[in-house]
Amino acid sequence: MTGIGRRLRRRPPRYSAAALAWRGLRGDYWPRIWRDTELKRSYDAVVIGGGVHGLATAYYLARNHGITDVAVVDKAYLGSGASGRNTAIVRANYLTPEGVAFYDRSLKLYNSMALDLNINVMMSERGHLTLAHNDSSLRTMNWRAEVNKLQGVDSCVIGPDEISKIAPSLDTSSHPRYPILGALYHPPGGIVRHDAVVWGYARAADHMGVEMHQKTEVLDILCEGGDGPDGKGPGGKVVGVRTSRGDISTPVVVNCTAGWAGLISAMAGVRLPITTHPLQAAVTEPVKVFLPTVVVSGSLHVYISQTDRGELVFGAAVDAVATYSIRGSLEFTEELAGHVLELMPGISRMRLLRQWSGLCDMTPDYSPVMGFTPVDGFLVDVGWGTYGFKAAPVSGEQMAEAVATGRTPELIAPFALSRFEAGELVGEKGAAAVGH
Amino acid sequence: MLLVPCPNCGPRNSADLRYGGESHARPDPATATPQQWRSYLYLRDNPAGWLRETWYCRSGCRRWFTLERNTATNEFRQPPIPGDKRGGKA
Repeated sequence: MTGIGRRLRRRPPRYSAAALAWRGLRGDYWPRIWRDTELKRSYDAVVIGGGVHGLATAYYLARNHGITDVAVVDKAYLGSGASGRNTAIVRANYLTPEGVAFYDRSLKLYNSMALDLNINVMMSERGHLTLAHNDSSLRTMNWRAEVNKLQGVDSCVIGPDEISKIAPSLDTSSHPRYPILGALYHPPGGIVRHDAVVWGYARAADHMGVEMHQKTEVLDILCEGGDGPDGKGPGGKVVGVRTSRGDISTPVVVNCTAGWAGLISAMAGVRLPITTHPLQAAVTEPVKVFLPTVVVSGSLHVYISQTDRGELVFGAAVDAVATYSIRGSLEFTEELAGHVLELMPGISRMRLLRQWSGLCDMTPDYSPVMGFTPVDGFLVDVGWGTYGFKAAPVSGEQMAEAVATGRTPELIAPFALSRFEAGELVGEKGAAAVGH
Repeated sequence: MLLVPCPNCGPRNSADLRYGGESHARPDPATATPQQWRSYLYLRDNPAGWLRETWYCRSGCRRWFTLERNTATNEFRQPPIPGDKRGGKA
């Protein structure tokens, strides 16, 4: 292991067809794609949460700003939270100009990711249909299309005839209880292999010197000078992190912990406008590819895509009750199946393979909370609810810029924590959620 | 599914109720500063443990009531006093 580790330091292996053939013929082991190192006593910055957001932040800190003395700590393994549980959909067809500009940048970074990180993330720009089943939905779709066009994002509203040409398996007749009246068609939307994104960021960050520490749980955030107990709270500053593997001193802590964001922020004395809800998803047995696009129905609380392996992946709205428990429920499966069959009656004999859930950090306006907090050196990249995966590259890029420059980048200024105090919410419920 | 102990109707499936979320004391609208009011509106404790919260029994007694639930294990405790109107939503 150490020998492989040393070789990895000298020459980062490139992934290519030639390398695959060469190693396959020689029967070599592939080197581990990131190191396991001892936890140091001090870092320039500590990122809490080893998911796509935390890893992207660490990657961009090293790549764009030369800050490589960074530790990413996670209480489990990398990608063990929502990064490995989401439904892997990417898109930029949001409702507010702030949201569209932000997610559009993310989509562009996803497009060049395979080259940037030298890993096959299986980016598939297969198009994205958001179905409208009533007049008010259709109105929102038109609104979104116009905002998108103004921002240079490819979106348009299409009717049932065109929908059935794009996705013939959808029931576009007038028979269903909620007939399909139209859809917002967004050709650049698609799916990405989420695990590869996690591994790609971890590997690229590791090559630049960032350390990943798995099974390292943060127990407390050490502060001084604040209003609250132990120097925490507004007016204070971060001096370190207490982990299950010892204390680390650091002037900067970035909270990228999604569902657990409230618990981590409370350790620094910062209250967040966030509640934690589980979101359940399910996947069917694999069949031949028949669904060419991503299909979303807000009214029916469901989104459907077919993976390259042929499985149908179903996602839904978050569970109504706030909880940290990720137990699945039969009600979810029943409701999901009913809604999917309303859209695609032809798949009634398909079987579900499994169902799972992940934790979502929901905000009141369905927009994230990013940037600085009243505690100096404590930054948040949270409130990612049900839309965190598609925003990971741009969040990492912008959070890294905030850490390196000490200023809030323009692109994420609308998402500051202070917007709740100022009453300037960025309402994205009409475009970010299916449960409304 | 959660079995929610409604004080009037007994254990009910959570799908029969509306979840009202965390219960906090409402500041006096006449004297609260905008900052206090927005903190009350938006900021949440969101603990992984015991949480005081409100429920509305929409298909039973149609009343708001307050319960404590452990958000990590989803067990309920301390059955509320019937007729308790604290924490109800406007």
